[in-house]
Amino acid sequence: MSWPALYAQLVGANRHSTSLGKVWLSVLFIFRVMVLVVAAESVWGDEQSDFTCNTLQPGCENVCYDQFFPVSHIRLWCLQLVFVSTPTLLVAMYVAYRNHGDKKRLLQGSGRAGSLSSKGQEDDLETLKRRRLPIAGALWWTYACSLVFRLLFEGGFMYALYVVYDGFQMPRLVQCDQWPCPNLVDCFISRPTEKTIFTVFMATASSICMVLNMAELAYLVAKAVTRSLCSQKERKTCGKSSRERTRNKTNHKSLVST
Amino acid sequence: MNWGSFYAVISGVNRHSTGIGRVWLSVIFIFRILVLVVAAESVWGDEKSGFVCNTQQPGCNSVCYDQFFPISHIRLWALQLILVSTPALLVAMHVAHRRHIDKKILKRTGRSSPKELEHIKNQKFQITGALWWTYMISIIFRILFEVAFLYIFYLIYPGFRMVRLVKCDSYPCPNTVDCFVSRPTEKTIFTVFMLAVSGVCVLLNLAEVVYLISRACKRCFGGPEEESKVAWISQRLPTYRQNEINQLIADHSLKSKLTLTKKCPTEKGERCSAF
Repeated sequence: MSWPALYAQLVGANRHSTSLGKVWLSVLFIFRVMVLVVAAESVWGDEQSDFTCNTLQPGCENVCYDQFFPVSHIRLWCLQLVFVSTPTLLVAMYVAYRNHGDKKRLLQGSGRAGSLSSKGQEDDLETLKRRRLPIAGALWWTYACSLVFRLLFEGGFMYALYVVYDGFQMPRLVQCDQWPCPNLVDCFISRPTEKTIFTVFMATASSICMVLNMAELAYLVAKAVTRSLCSQKERKTCGKSSRERTRNKTNHKSLVST
Repeated sequence: MNWGSFYAVISGVNRHSTGIGRVWLSVIFIFRILVLVVAAESVWGDEKSGFVCNTQQPGCNSVCYDQFFPISHIRLWALQLILVSTPALLVAMHVAHRRHIDKKILKRTGRSSPKELEHIKNQKFQITGALWWTYMISIIFRILFEVAFLYIFYLIYPGFRMVRLVKCDSYPCPNTVDCFVSRPTEKTIFTVFMLAVSGVCVLLNLAEVVYLISRACKRCFGGPEEESKVAWISQRLPTYRQNEINQLIADHSLKSKLTLTKKCPTEKGERCSAF
């Protein structure tokens, strides 16, 4: 499993997304995954080997590195990207479940009806496989839940990064007095400015993704509200016309009787 | 996700580009991304390990390296290439949106045969109307990003030459120490090369802008009938049904005119001219 494999999975699930969802996926893969793989991983490549402390005491560097970098930025971002991508698979699972149910019904229906041509059945199954379900009903709820989870994961990881590293800036120098360091030693971090630039870049991309997710959620809610208002209007007009029809009938009957 | 998959994503946009756009895309992939991956990355590979300062003071190397190389050339170029290539996706999104609308219309007019849908999928859109504006905006963004990165490059590394020696006195260096950069000449050569190709890309984008504007002007002022027909087909699809109705009305009114003119033979000449 690698980033391209995850991309292939998500693109498949993306068929049932809104346009904002598709934009979100592009931003995720181009500005976050691609930048992580192509640029950021090489910046953090020597983070431990080039973490130097002003002491010859063996073990001091290891201990100080572990104290100031409990989990590397790169690993945090990888986890964040994996967690943020997976709610989309909820939607894919629901669509697969729906298709499975419809397929069963189709096969049962054709069995009962007698011999439907096998070609016709194959065509129907293909259409079932290829169709794009409208985001309504249970699928709407699944999709909305996946958006909420995405937002929670994004926010959670950004907060974790901020808390663990006390902000998004990487200092040049940290002071460490963990055993076995003999006293308060200066330890120097490799490429702090470049790391700060990339941390800020990734945080910005993460915020853009959060904004897109919120916009998508707002769009879904608005669409659902409009749909329910329209269906209420339709019911009212249907109700009116059926009442009119019954009134006309009774009028007609009364006329005929006279 | 790597440059290969990125290429697959971006080159899909190529179908709807102009000739200059395709040349630009080839220049980006061959002279910039390929050179970056195949050559430049190995030149800058040991930039930190090969950066040596004339001191035994631990940490002095790191600090001086960080002071003189806030962001590596390689990373700057990678970011530049990503940001410069992505406006092309605007065009891809617009085209996808148009296809979606056309499919919807076809379904509503009851002509959603697989053949027609396949035709919609493979249809190449003319760069007119709203697509022209999207394309234009994407080129302008490309130019802005290129120029912005060239400027950032100039700010961070004034001059295109990589020096052999830098003098550094940041803490914890005990005094002003000499620090030596690894492979300065090779880095200078590649820097000049990448900047030159970046300049060529800016020129190609400007040429494309001029070409699009001249094509639009030509369309407005010369050959209006031909272009308006094409524009009508590609843009007025939503009114297709209305046009069918209009055609029916026109045919009906023509029929009634014909029945009238049968009785009035003197208007024969006019009838012919109406056709």
